[in-house]
Amino acid sequence: MELVVTDLACARGGVPLIEGVNFRLKEGEALVLRGANGIGKTTLLRTLAGLQPPLAGMIECTEDQSAYASHADGIKAQLTVRENLEFWASVHGTSVEASVFEAFDLVDLRERFAGTLSAGQKRRLGLARLGVIGRKILFLDEPTVSLDRFSVKLFADFLKEQHLAMGGIAVIATHIDLGLEAPELDLEPFRAAYDAGGSSDEAFL
Amino acid sequence: MIALLLRDLRLAVRAGGGFGLGLAFFLIVVVLVPFGVGPEAEILSRIAPGILWVASLLAALLSLDRIFALDYEDGALALIATSPLPLEGAAFVKALAHWITTGLPLTLAAPALGFLLNLKPEAYWFLFISLALGTPALSMIGTFGAALTVGLRRGGLLMSLLVLPLYVPTLIFGAETVRRGAEGLTTTTPLVMVAGVTAGVFAFLPFATAAALRINLR
Repeated sequence: MELVVTDLACARGGVPLIEGVNFRLKEGEALVLRGANGIGKTTLLRTLAGLQPPLAGMIECTEDQSAYASHADGIKAQLTVRENLEFWASVHGTSVEASVFEAFDLVDLRERFAGTLSAGQKRRLGLARLGVIGRKILFLDEPTVSLDRFSVKLFADFLKEQHLAMGGIAVIATHIDLGLEAPELDLEPFRAAYDAGGSSDEAFL
Repeated sequence: MIALLLRDLRLAVRAGGGFGLGLAFFLIVVVLVPFGVGPEAEILSRIAPGILWVASLLAALLSLDRIFALDYEDGALALIATSPLPLEGAAFVKALAHWITTGLPLTLAAPALGFLLNLKPEAYWFLFISLALGTPALSMIGTFGAALTVGLRRGGLLMSLLVLPLYVPTLIFGAETVRRGAEGLTTTTPLVMVAGVTAGVFAFLPFATAAALRINLR
């Protein structure tokens, strides 16, 4: 299993943001995306996850193995922590193992309604979804927002021991150091030229 | 798909207003009509089929904008779109969940409310059967409208304008079935038309709904 990205260009709202992105990730490898706000990290991840088509270039990865996680966790306030996870498990045809609650420190919160959780606890629940669905290629958009230092460590351990060590692949956009031994990709050199993608009016001038 | 259906029904029950709201609205509209048009039994029983059908249309409309809006806001829709669940299937299940929470209670309660409008007893059965066949189409068309307007602020009004004209065939043939039933005429033709519209809508609109969602998720 491999994730190969060739000459990828992405646009947000019709404006080309980044172009010429190339990388290749093998099993057990992670890539950390860096870059200033608005450079196109989220757009790149959404494109990789298949939520929007690329402007140009190719994304090759194993079918039905990728998962996307963003700032919005898709947590339902009226369901309990366990019910939230069970829903995502049954959508993906897996089951919720008890070890997931331990890995994300959710054991005591299991029967609490998700609406009563704090922002950091909700975030942990959102990340616990990744441990439930059994996907091998993860696209993570700022996974550590609103987590305290202890939870960041929990999540980094999960990524290292239960995902990458099991042959998973991860592309992560983050501003903090997760302690992963992973190459970093700064998106600044890939910033799209203003008229890339043929959106210029030049032909009419 | 069953997981999504169960989740939506559970949310409808726990968030409140799932089963009751549309039904209460239906009840109030039907109770208001005699106050507006006066108590003459003859007029009421003549307009009853139309009023009952229009009221169920409006009741179905009431909860449409929630079908996708909540899932869109909390990000669940993007996660469902990237899950193994086909978006077409999700669209179908969303419509089904909407029907179970609004169309089904309306169908079951409508004959009792027909009594308030002095609907002829012969027509109760036809009211029930035409609503049972017609209201699924209302939910499916509404789901399509909700998908078209999912990213918009205050998209509810725009959605009503898009959806209500599409309800016209179901309304015409549904009300016609009840009227003919009340007068003792044959009802086969309008009833077949209602069922046909529902079948056609369920054949095509899940795909259109999924396409609209994909565009709105970009």
